[in-house]
Amino acid sequence: MSLLAQQLLLGLLIGGLYGLAAAGLSLVFGVMKVLDVAHGELIMLGGYGVVFVVALLGLDPFAALLIVIPLSLLLGAVLYWGLFGFVVRADEETRVKNSLLIGFGLALALHALAVQLWTADERSVVTPYAGAVVSVGPLTIPLVRLASLVIAFALIGGLHLLLARWRWGKAIRATAEDWQAAMLTGIDIRRAYLLAFAIGTALAGAAGTLVTIGYSVSPSIGLEWTLKALIVVVLAGLGSMLGTFVGGLLLGVAEAASAASFGGPYREVVGLVIFVVVLVVRPRGLFGR
Amino acid sequence: MTGRRERAWAAAILIALALLTALPRLIPRDSVINFVFLILLSITLAQSWNIVAGYAGQVNLGHAAFFGLGALVARTLWIGGRPIVTAMVAGAVVAVLFALLIGVAAFRLRGAYFAIGTLALGEILRTTVNNVLPEISTLPAATIATYSLTRRYYLALALAAVSVVAVTALAGSRLGLGMRAIREDEEAAEATGVGALRLKLTALALSTGLAGLAGGLFAFYHISYYPAHPFGPQWTFDALLMTFIGGVGTLHGPVLGAVLYVALKEYVALHWVDFHLLIFGALFIAIVLLLPGGLVQAAERVRRLRWG
Repeated sequence: MSLLAQQLLLGLLIGGLYGLAAAGLSLVFGVMKVLDVAHGELIMLGGYGVVFVVALLGLDPFAALLIVIPLSLLLGAVLYWGLFGFVVRADEETRVKNSLLIGFGLALALHALAVQLWTADERSVVTPYAGAVVSVGPLTIPLVRLASLVIAFALIGGLHLLLARWRWGKAIRATAEDWQAAMLTGIDIRRAYLLAFAIGTALAGAAGTLVTIGYSVSPSIGLEWTLKALIVVVLAGLGSMLGTFVGGLLLGVAEAASAASFGGPYREVVGLVIFVVVLVVRPRGLFGR
Repeated sequence: MTGRRERAWAAAILIALALLTALPRLIPRDSVINFVFLILLSITLAQSWNIVAGYAGQVNLGHAAFFGLGALVARTLWIGGRPIVTAMVAGAVVAVLFALLIGVAAFRLRGAYFAIGTLALGEILRTTVNNVLPEISTLPAATIATYSLTRRYYLALALAAVSVVAVTALAGSRLGLGMRAIREDEEAAEATGVGALRLKLTALALSTGLAGLAGGLFAFYHISYYPAHPFGPQWTFDALLMTFIGGVGTLHGPVLGAVLYVALKEYVALHWVDFHLLIFGALFIAIVLLLPGGLVQAAERVRRLRWG
């Protein structure tokens, strides 16, 4: 019994990262209506970011977020100016297609670049408190992963406030809802797109940092994270960042539960069944509007 | 796109394929035969994806799942002693049945959601096959001893011809017309009496059936591979890239796209060994930005400029 509870808890902890990874993608998809399949590669770059910040500056890996997030924000702006800004000029159907093409090209290029620069080996960061755990009754919680969950939740909360209160946050939401109406009320929707993409990339960078701290990073983690994020986006639906986060937690727990009850090799099958059932019952997602 | 021009393209492509039957006698070099084999397999794969994405307008990102299922079933039956064509057909049937099962749920999703949903489904299937069948699949020594590349080549040639004929027949039929109506505006199509779900399922069945056959060809061609490999998302991406580079929803686009894509990939891989994926990725982004509608549309534009 306590073994199962322990596994579910670990699922919940990784689920927080699924949620954070999905939040950035959900923002980009919801606002720009483009599908950035290179999102996982951006997470991977964030993961290498923390490896380098820790190695070069000797910072605590959690403090490295303060450097990785602004850098990711900048990377997002550059990618928007260089690539995705061209995509949003087209109508919605063409946008999805062209963003898929550019995303695949980008994913391919970033993956190859990472292998060339940093080899295909897995890397991680070691902290003095790496082995520390918190014990609650029979459960042991790895401190690092617990801290990651808390930070992920704080970032999602911050994003929620940003979108709810900040002037440009409202502009971003208005653009997501109806870009034509937003344009008519005088919102510069290009800037809203730029901000959404930059913030989405920054969230990817943050997610990558936490993934590296709690687990490890290698050039090939990108696709897996893109897929987890996409599954959460569909499960949760668009329109609510907190809903996306909860969707991430649900996926983490569901995977852990199915691995525990059906054995490791079949964990994804249960995920598949849940996914199909949700699609049939609620095509707009659990928390979609 | 007028029917006449489409039929002319079909004839031209089929003549080119017919001429390729002489290749093993004219240039009996394995490297050349392998290269053309790869192009032919790619044509089939791209054309199969084109049916559901180009004609019915449903961007299926889980296409590799059906290629993989075809490979898995065909390989198992063939190594078990069945003739390869029977095994390939069985693989295609399994792929179609799985597609219909999944399709009923997945077609509740529209546009980008359908793309995401199918990508996730394909990837879940790949992971599961990888977990359940982690061992590499190698042909028995007796089969390797009698391995004939020419047989594979002719089968690939026949399959590419089948895919071109299938799409030509579809494009000219009532069925194809209904699919295009859904692609342009699903609500309007429904309102005029087109059964959208039924047609989308038909498109998916045709598309995945061809993909399953292509998977069977893959299983017949390779001496050893991991069973999860043909389920890999790169097969979906390849089909998608070739179709988009050529021109989605046209008969000749995927064929031209496949030829260009395979040639480009091989060239880059040969000349920049270390950086080939990086260069290929960058090149590919450049093509998308410069030719957003693919080769076919670019050619149309040039033609219109010339004739005013």
